Formats: sequence, C-alpha cells, structure tokens
Amino acid sequence: MRNLDTGRGKLVGWHDPDEHRAWVAQHKSRALEDKRTSVQDAVDKYVQDGDLLACGGFGHIRVSMAAVYEIIRQGKRDLTLCGKTAVHDSDVLIAAGCVNRIEVAYAFGHELRGLSPASRRAAESGRCEVVAEISNAGYQWRFSAAAMGLSFIPTRVMLGTDTLKRSSAKVVEDPFTGKPVTLLPACYPDVVLMHVHRCDMHGNAQIDGITIEDFELARAARRLILTTEQIIDNESIRKSPQDTIIPYYLVDAVVEVPYGAHPTLMPDLYYFDEQHIGEWLRLSKSEAGVAEYMDRYVFGVGSFKDYLALIGGAEQLEYLRQVEHLEAPLEAPWLEEKRK
Amino acid sequence: MTRSYSPTELLASVAAGLLEDNSSVFVGTGLPMIASMLAQRTHAPNLLIIFEAGGIGPQVPVLPISVGDSRTFHRAVAASSMHDVMSASQAGYVDYGFLGAAQIDPYGNLNTTVIGAWDHPTVRFPGSGGANDVGSLCWKTIIVMRQDRRRFVEELDFLTTPGYLDGPGAREAAGLPAGTGPYRVITQLGLFDFDETTKRMGLVATHPGVSVDDVQQATGFELVIPDRVVTTDPPTDAALAAMRDIDPTGMVIGK
Repeated sequence: MRNLDTGRGKLVGWHDPDEHRAWVAQHKSRALEDKRTSVQDAVDKYVQDGDLLACGGFGHIRVSMAAVYEIIRQGKRDLTLCGKTAVHDSDVLIAAGCVNRIEVAYAFGHELRGLSPASRRAAESGRCEVVAEISNAGYQWRFSAAAMGLSFIPTRVMLGTDTLKRSSAKVVEDPFTGKPVTLLPACYPDVVLMHVHRCDMHGNAQIDGITIEDFELARAARRLILTTEQIIDNESIRKSPQDTIIPYYLVDAVVEVPYGAHPTLMPDLYYFDEQHIGEWLRLSKSEAGVAEYMDRYVFGVGSFKDYLALIGGAEQLEYLRQVEHLEAPLEAPWLEEKRK
Repeated sequence: MTRSYSPTELLASVAAGLLEDNSSVFVGTGLPMIASMLAQRTHAPNLLIIFEAGGIGPQVPVLPISVGDSRTFHRAVAASSMHDVMSASQAGYVDYGFLGAAQIDPYGNLNTTVIGAWDHPTVRFPGSGGANDVGSLCWKTIIVMRQDRRRFVEELDFLTTPGYLDGPGAREAAGLPAGTGPYRVITQLGLFDFDETTKRMGLVATHPGVSVDDVQQATGFELVIPDRVVTTDPPTDAALAAMRDIDPTGMVIGK
C-alpha cells in the first residue's frame, strides 16, 4: 500500500494488537465475579494519572457524571480525553485541571446552548493542549478497530482536509480500488466511564434507546467502569440475552448510582437539567465561578445523594422525568438569554 | 398578505423547501432540525430523518436540544448507533446532509475548528463533530449559516469539512465518494448553488428586500452572478404556524 499522506496529530491510545491481546490475557478476568463497588474505589483503582480517558454516551446524553465528579474529587491529573463529542464532561474535567490534553472530534461547545467558556479559555491559553483533530465517525471507527482487535480501519472520511492533516490518520492507496483511502488507527482508551440503565453484579449491561458508540467503546476500553441506574439479577439478564449490549468480561467495576448521569439526559428516565447546566455555563465564565461550582457541587458533597439533594432533590428529579416524557415544558436560563 | 416573519423563519422555510418527500437527510443541531421537521410536517411527510447518534426515521415531537436527545428517536423506526448511521452514509443511503459553519470559501469548504493559527488559535470552535463525515459521505450537502465578509472568505483559517476542495475533480482525486459535494447554501441574504463547471459558489435567489449588491457586499470573494436572480418565497402562514409548534420555546426561531 503506497502511503499518500500522514496526519501530523499526536497518536493516542494505539497499541500493537498483539500487545493488546497479551494485556487482555493478563488483566481481563473471564470469571463471573461480583464486581460491585463504590465509585470512590472504582475511580481510585482504575483511573491513573496520565491515562487516556473516554466517557460513554454523547454530548449531554447518558454520561457517567457520578464518576466524572469523583475523578475531580480525587484530583486525578494529566489525563488525556477522547473528545468524541465530549461536552459537559470535558468542560468540567478541563476546568478542574484533571484533563490537560484532548483529541477533538467535538469539544468546547454545548450545542444549542452556546460555547463552553471554561474549556475554551483553557484551549485558547494553551492550558489544555489539542493533540489531534478527528471527526465523530472517525473517532467511532477508531474504537471499532480496537473492538475488532485490529491496528487500523479504512474509511472515506477526512480526505482532502486540514482535519486529516491534524489527525493521527494516514492516507494510502486502496489496494483494491486504487483510490486514496483514510486509515484510522485503533484507539484503546486506558479507562472508560459508562452509565447504563441496568446491569447485573457481573457487569452484563442493558442500554435503552440509541447506543451511540457504546457498543464499540466498551469493547475498545482497557478498563471499563460501569455506573448504573439499577442493578438487576443475573436471571433477568439471561431471560432476555438479546438486550445485553455489554457482556460482563469487558467490565471491571459496577457501581449502582441512580440519576448518576445528572445533569445529562438518561433516555426514558430524565431530561437534561437545564437549570444546572445553565448555572455551570454562567459560573464558568470566570475562574472564581469555576471554583465556586466545584466547591458547591463536587468537593462540598459527601455522596451522590447529597449532590442530588443540592440540585433540587426529588421535586427537581420528578420535573426532569416529566420533561423527558413531554409532560412538562422545558425551562432553561440560557434560553432566556437567547431570547433577549 | 402573510404574517410578519423573522430572518430565521425565512431561512428555515427556504431550507425545508429543498427537501423532497421520500428522501433521506442527515440532520445537525439547530436550524437544520427546524427545516427538516417543517418539511416532514408539510410537503414531505415521508422524509427520512437521520441523526448521528443513532436516531433513524423519527417523528420528532418538539425541537431537540441535541442530536442525541431522546426526541431524536421519538416514534422512530430504529434507535440505533453512530456506527450504523455513519456506515449507511458511507454506503450511499443518505441523500442530503445539513451543516452550519463559522467560515465558508468559494468552493463550499467549511471551517468549524479555529480562527487564527491551529496551534495558537484566536478562537477555538468545537471542531468537526459529525460535519466532516456528513460533508464527505452524503450525496448533497446543504449549508445554513450567517453571511458577512468575515464568514464568506476567499481562504479558510482551517479546512474542517470538504466542499469541492480546490475545484472540479478535486473531491474524487482526494478519494471522497464520487458524485458528492455541496449543493446549496442558505444565508440571511439569499440562496446559493455551485457552478457545474467551475464548482464555485453562485447566487440563485435573494430574499425579499435584499439586493444583489447587498449580497456581493457581504461576500469576501467573487460570486458567480447569473443574468436572472429570483426572489425567495416568504414562509406561508401554515409554515409559520408549524414552526411555532416545532419550537414553542423559541430556542432557535426566537420569540
């Protein structure tokens, strides 16, 4: 295969497939064990300073915020983040100083809500280094390659663009067609955080609604921490095996955290908490505001239950359920500003 | 006499008019969502709407905030995955892709990454997201954005998403799928297409009350101006009512 172009972006998360196989053989248990633990212990044990971190879900959808807050609380440092459409997670992790490198498909923005003041400040000042660019499908397929135990995967995206020039991909002549084709390097994140609707104590997990890229990401991960709305028994898993998106041998830790994705959306259970996201967007305009937010919602709470009480407790959570089910109107502080 | 309408409502209604019934469209956040939902509620009830996070063929009840929002798979034919919808795009199933941008050049190339140097940006934007994928893989790309001389530029600060690159044949030479590329651009001033021979952007229509000179003044490169420039149709009362229903909080269309 003739090499036509090589992206100048930094290659993160890649391993020789044989090296990865050896790592899996040594570190990933095939035993049907009880993996239930606390979020403190899971993060302490499986997230190391300097790791490449990825979060399941997408943007503000089904992100394991319980584990994200715990990473901040434990003061993890020098993390590189997969910006695979990473929005609220990347914003708070960068603002807190945990993440100082990111490979970007989409980051620094909150979709319709506007741009992210805190992480943009970090990117524009160089405090957070963008190590490479990529597209959403590109990142997804980097995980696909890893999930398949390969070194790379071919695709027809990014060709002819600066996105490719700043990526870690290569362009070669396709040996079948003779046309240029992009080769995306596999990405095996050191640790992945993922929030699911339900799983058993071994980690067999079900996700309702769109799976986004979690099927592949769970399989690409070296260490996988699952937080779950609910732990169900193994018999329930076996009654509907077609619903299992993640089988247990991929999973390292299982933590039951109802509402663990707040303030992001959990399909069928609760909508985005726009009051909370709006408060973050307002406070994160200044470093003092970032500190105020972290003190109140991350360092100032003893448990996720305390956090939920702080964001409005049962009443707010019931409202979010109603909005998700189209039974209550959406209210958002940023919406008021947009209307002005 | 139609009711008064906002520039955003006009943009959305012109964009909706480009989408045919029984075609498929890959939809991004904001105005593209309004346009696609409007088309589905008016002339294109069987418009196949596809969202990058995996929503396929939904009947979207109310404007989603995100392309992964539960509304993007409400009464859908499938709640699938990014791998599935991106693969469908790569295999040729997606007719239209809808994008916004911070900058566009005469060949319809788009920048959503940085203003200034990439490693020392003056402004850092979110990056490609799914834009590069949509602009690479869908048959026809429609771009919706604000127009002024800082946004319609001869040369981009960063080429995030491919248009016709540097001219005729360049997409195919780069390895992008044959027969794909930018189709229309819609701004607050008018509607644009791309010359079949040169692949450069040209004016098709101005919005009511906008002159050809206004358009040229707001463009930082030479536009192809045909002898005959038409005027776009204002949104109908039915379209305006539908848009109020789609975006009751005025998130995108305003209050």
